[in-house]
Amino acid sequence: MTDKDEIIIARDVHKWFGALHVLRGIDLTVKAGEVVVIFGASGSGKSTFIRTINRLEEHQRGEIIVDGIELTNDVRNIAAIRSEIGMVFQSFNLFPHLTALQNITLAPMRVRKYARNDADAVGMKLLERVGIPEQAHKYPAQLSGGQQQRVAIARALAMNPKIMLFDEPTSALDPEMISEVLDVMRGLADESGMTMICVTHEMGFARAVANRMVFFDHGVIVEEGPPQQIFEAPTQERTKQFLSQILH
Amino acid sequence: MTSQASPETLSPPITVVGPIAWLRQNLFSGWVNGLITVLIGAALLWLVLQVGQWAATEARWSVVTNNLRLFLIGQFPADQSWRVWLNLAIVSVLAGLSAGVYGQATRALAITLAACQLILAVLMIISPLGFLPALALSLNAAFVMGGFLVGLRGLIPRRPIAYAWLISLPISFLLLNGMGGTPLPSISTNTWGGLLLTVLIAVVGILLSFPLGVLLALGRRSQLPMVRILSTGYIEIIRGVPLVTILFMADIILPLFLPGEWRLDRVARAMGGVVLFSAAYVAENVRGGLQAIPSGQIEASQALGLSTTQMNLFIVLPQALRSVIPANVGLFISLLKDTTLVTIIGLMEVLGIGRAVLAQPESFGAYLEVYVFVAAVFFVLCYAMSQASYRLERALGVGTR
Repeated sequence: MTDKDEIIIARDVHKWFGALHVLRGIDLTVKAGEVVVIFGASGSGKSTFIRTINRLEEHQRGEIIVDGIELTNDVRNIAAIRSEIGMVFQSFNLFPHLTALQNITLAPMRVRKYARNDADAVGMKLLERVGIPEQAHKYPAQLSGGQQQRVAIARALAMNPKIMLFDEPTSALDPEMISEVLDVMRGLADESGMTMICVTHEMGFARAVANRMVFFDHGVIVEEGPPQQIFEAPTQERTKQFLSQILH
Repeated sequence: MTSQASPETLSPPITVVGPIAWLRQNLFSGWVNGLITVLIGAALLWLVLQVGQWAATEARWSVVTNNLRLFLIGQFPADQSWRVWLNLAIVSVLAGLSAGVYGQATRALAITLAACQLILAVLMIISPLGFLPALALSLNAAFVMGGFLVGLRGLIPRRPIAYAWLISLPISFLLLNGMGGTPLPSISTNTWGGLLLTVLIAVVGILLSFPLGVLLALGRRSQLPMVRILSTGYIEIIRGVPLVTILFMADIILPLFLPGEWRLDRVARAMGGVVLFSAAYVAENVRGGLQAIPSGQIEASQALGLSTTQMNLFIVLPQALRSVIPANVGLFISLLKDTTLVTIIGLMEVLGIGRAVLAQPESFGAYLEVYVFVAAVFFVLCYAMSQASYRLERALGVGTR
């Protein structure tokens, strides 16, 4: 029925917060290995949309199919889909009472039932991959924002997800730390062929890494296309306007 | 780089220190302040001298020492009192080991335990209790020290000590209650009294009301409406009723509803009342801690695929409970003091024993001595708990993220 390559399919997704209609019919299909950057003004529904993909927000109409499993209220489906998806948040959301390494190993040990030694080995490998193995035994409060976000990426990767969602991963960072996080994300896209959906306004990153860019405005997708087309020849007036505002 | 010279690194300004400077700065900074200092100092000195003179010359402390056994264990049979001291010995060894292995919070409790037993040993020598129990308690204090030193060496891992504490609970109960046989004849709880009863009710109250309160707090925030309504209803009803009423109900009304052959022990009923009462307050404290957990923590747990139980167990509760330690210790301190209310249903805890002692003709008029002693006992226990709490907070880094 569906193309095997299509790992995320969203059809006519609607969402209301009270009377506020925040998602007004989103249609988006993402292929395995694709890197999609979602951008748009704040309040345009872009964060809400990626949060519906792992059910942190419930969609109220339409359908979302992730890796062949439809998201419904069935708890088993939700658990199955969440274990396929890693998520990185704007405010890191590390667990403050656990060290960097414990943050990473918690889910593999509790959900995947890894032995501690195996989980620690996986955790250290991931910390090396994000470039901070020496911070393994520090608590989040002892790390810089950039380091915290890299731990958060490692934590999401520890569950071996097929898909990574990034919800404005660099918006809460001081300027000098943004590149260290973007470098990790770029490495992820280049080396592992991970399917990634990133909500971000880092246009340099989008131009270099994204296969496709999607512009959200007032709960609908206004325009989508490869970065080159979006940057050089946007077809919609609103896209042009928004890009001119953020690109100075 | 501009032509501006880089500023030198300066050492901080010199602040005057030393006792004289401190005095001048804080107590004699002007003639008004100086006068106030002198007046208050004189008043305090007078008070201390008066109290000191009374305590040293007039007070009949023999009222306390003569009745020391009553104050400590109530009517617990004198020939079986070794069971209490042995029990204390077990607790002493474990407390010492814990202080060495865990450090921090348990150290305050271990020091208090050792110091109190030494003080009691001294009092015992001048009381009719005599030399043997004094020796036992001194030995116990030595056990605390010995356990501490062994624990410090790092020879004993953490987990077995926790298990030993768990096992020590039923052992303590068997030791005190007896098994009906020759080595340990049963001892009716009606005879339990004094400090023994106070501490037992408080310890059982704290140990059982804490998990119950945590469950109630989680229940109050549950997605399941019935669980939520029942938890909320329980908390609101219990908090709307005084402890005295609950103790009366546990003592008089509860047996009416239980089938005739269910003879629930009177001490157990009092403990039950205290546990049920305290749990509602623990629940509200914990709920405060749960509410302070940022929603991002819950989202991160969900995104990682943790189940609700796993999320509560590994993410939410560790953070929430840590932040409510000060409030909960405050609660447990008032629980300890509230155990005095069990006198109302005829149990003789420390204060009840004090009143019984005052009723003896030979201790006529020795109100101050008895009440000062009872107050001192409670102060020592409560102060140890609050010190343990401060250290626990520091060890767990409450207030630092």
